[in-house]
Amino acid sequence: MYSLFGKGILKQNSIMKTRLLVGTRKGAFVLTSDGKRTDWEVSGPHFAGWEMYHLKGSPVDPDRLYASQTSGWFGQIIQRSNDGGKTWEQPGTKPGEPTTTPEGFPKAESNKFVYDVSPETGKPLTTHMWYDGTTHPWEFKRVWHLEPSLTDPETVYAGVEDAAMFRTTDGGKNWHELAGLRGHGSGSKWQPGAGGLGLHTILLDPKNPKRMFIAISAAGAFRTDDAGKTWKPINKGLKSQYIPDPNAEVGHCVHRIALHPSKPDVLFMQKHWDVMRSDDAGESWHEVSGNLPTDFGFPIDVHAHEPNTIYVVPIKSDSEHFPPDGKLRVYRSKSGGNEWEALTKGLPQKDCYVNVLRDAMSVDSLEPCGIYFGTTGGQVYGSADGGNTWTAIVRDLPAVLSVEVQTLK
Amino acid sequence: MIRVALPFHLRNLAHVGNEVELEVNGPVTQRSVLDALESTYPMLRGTIRDHVTLKRRPFLRFFACEQDLSLESPDAPLPDAVTKGAEPYLIIGAIAGG
Repeated sequence: MYSLFGKGILKQNSIMKTRLLVGTRKGAFVLTSDGKRTDWEVSGPHFAGWEMYHLKGSPVDPDRLYASQTSGWFGQIIQRSNDGGKTWEQPGTKPGEPTTTPEGFPKAESNKFVYDVSPETGKPLTTHMWYDGTTHPWEFKRVWHLEPSLTDPETVYAGVEDAAMFRTTDGGKNWHELAGLRGHGSGSKWQPGAGGLGLHTILLDPKNPKRMFIAISAAGAFRTDDAGKTWKPINKGLKSQYIPDPNAEVGHCVHRIALHPSKPDVLFMQKHWDVMRSDDAGESWHEVSGNLPTDFGFPIDVHAHEPNTIYVVPIKSDSEHFPPDGKLRVYRSKSGGNEWEALTKGLPQKDCYVNVLRDAMSVDSLEPCGIYFGTTGGQVYGSADGGNTWTAIVRDLPAVLSVEVQTLK
Repeated sequence: MIRVALPFHLRNLAHVGNEVELEVNGPVTQRSVLDALESTYPMLRGTIRDHVTLKRRPFLRFFACEQDLSLESPDAPLPDAVTKGAEPYLIIGAIAGG
């Protein structure tokens, strides 16, 4: 590191802190290190026993964290921290306070996600398509992904199952659906993927505050250019074997999309099968799977300083959710796709049969760029050199659902 | 005072011990007990009953006095022993804790 990157960068990294927010099937963990990223402290489990689908910090106030805590028994809880994950609270009405205002209206309920079916702002959309093509009622199950605003720590977007997008503007106390997404026209044709009908990816365009991209399994990718009021499908060029119409507007099982903040019109996608790229903000897509050993997988991410360097973790197939040949390999393309190299140093190269889920990869903004991912076997791997070498930060957590990294001063 | 026993995860959410004691005004029914519980511990709203329909969440059961009250009317009176605080009203996670 020293010889490659010089004293200035080492000095800078020595005053930086790195914080990993790890969501697992049985609780959340916070992993911290300095800018060298060699020694890590693990705190947790927070919310032990609960499924922690996703945790993410505000880019404006990094100690403001939001977490999605879920359970098939007890439903959805939103948690918030103001001190970087040391303590947590449920936003909303405090214990002992009246649950209604003096006027009799219900007060904030931070875990209340109710679909908007009003004729004024929503659409009376009550069913989507089930696996077998029949209709199925729209039912809220959980928050898959939380995306804090780039400019306001009180504003957060939530992607939920059954697929819809919600927003809070008061720090998680109240959530309201951005109903134009489900109501734009194709919502009744959306169909769940194997893991459910989940809105799992939310990308905020740093150059255009009114533009957002989202992705839904298995409906596809969508874009808004008016801050979430109206939406359009952006799936031209995607081919999916299980859809009879080769030009279908929706129905594609998009697993993840990613962008680099400096080039937000260039999108990368890991679809069910196929790694795809768009150079026009999703208007059209072309395949960049190239020489990957398999183009099935879940996460995809972009290097913090090289907009054309991308990472995927190939998985054998949709029937066999583990790495090919029992070798856990991250693949890196420095050319924005098509030409891929296997990154194996420090990763198990035999008898490895874990999966890496779609929200379980993240990159930090240090130099060199750090890459992190978590597995269903409970390992969190990190690379402090752009993927050249890897180490297991922790090995025996519950199955990892999500990994987010924060670079802190 | 009405005694209510909560499952482990809800005790943690509400920051309480095995049981809570509640004052219930008027007839003591499952609805009035749950209303009082959620009013005192608002962080539990939505975790026992659906926010909108107020129906019991499917993986939860309500017991009292060795009876399963889960499918009883929410407005039926609870047993005297619960009303008098001799027995708790139990909120139970259904089978396999996950």
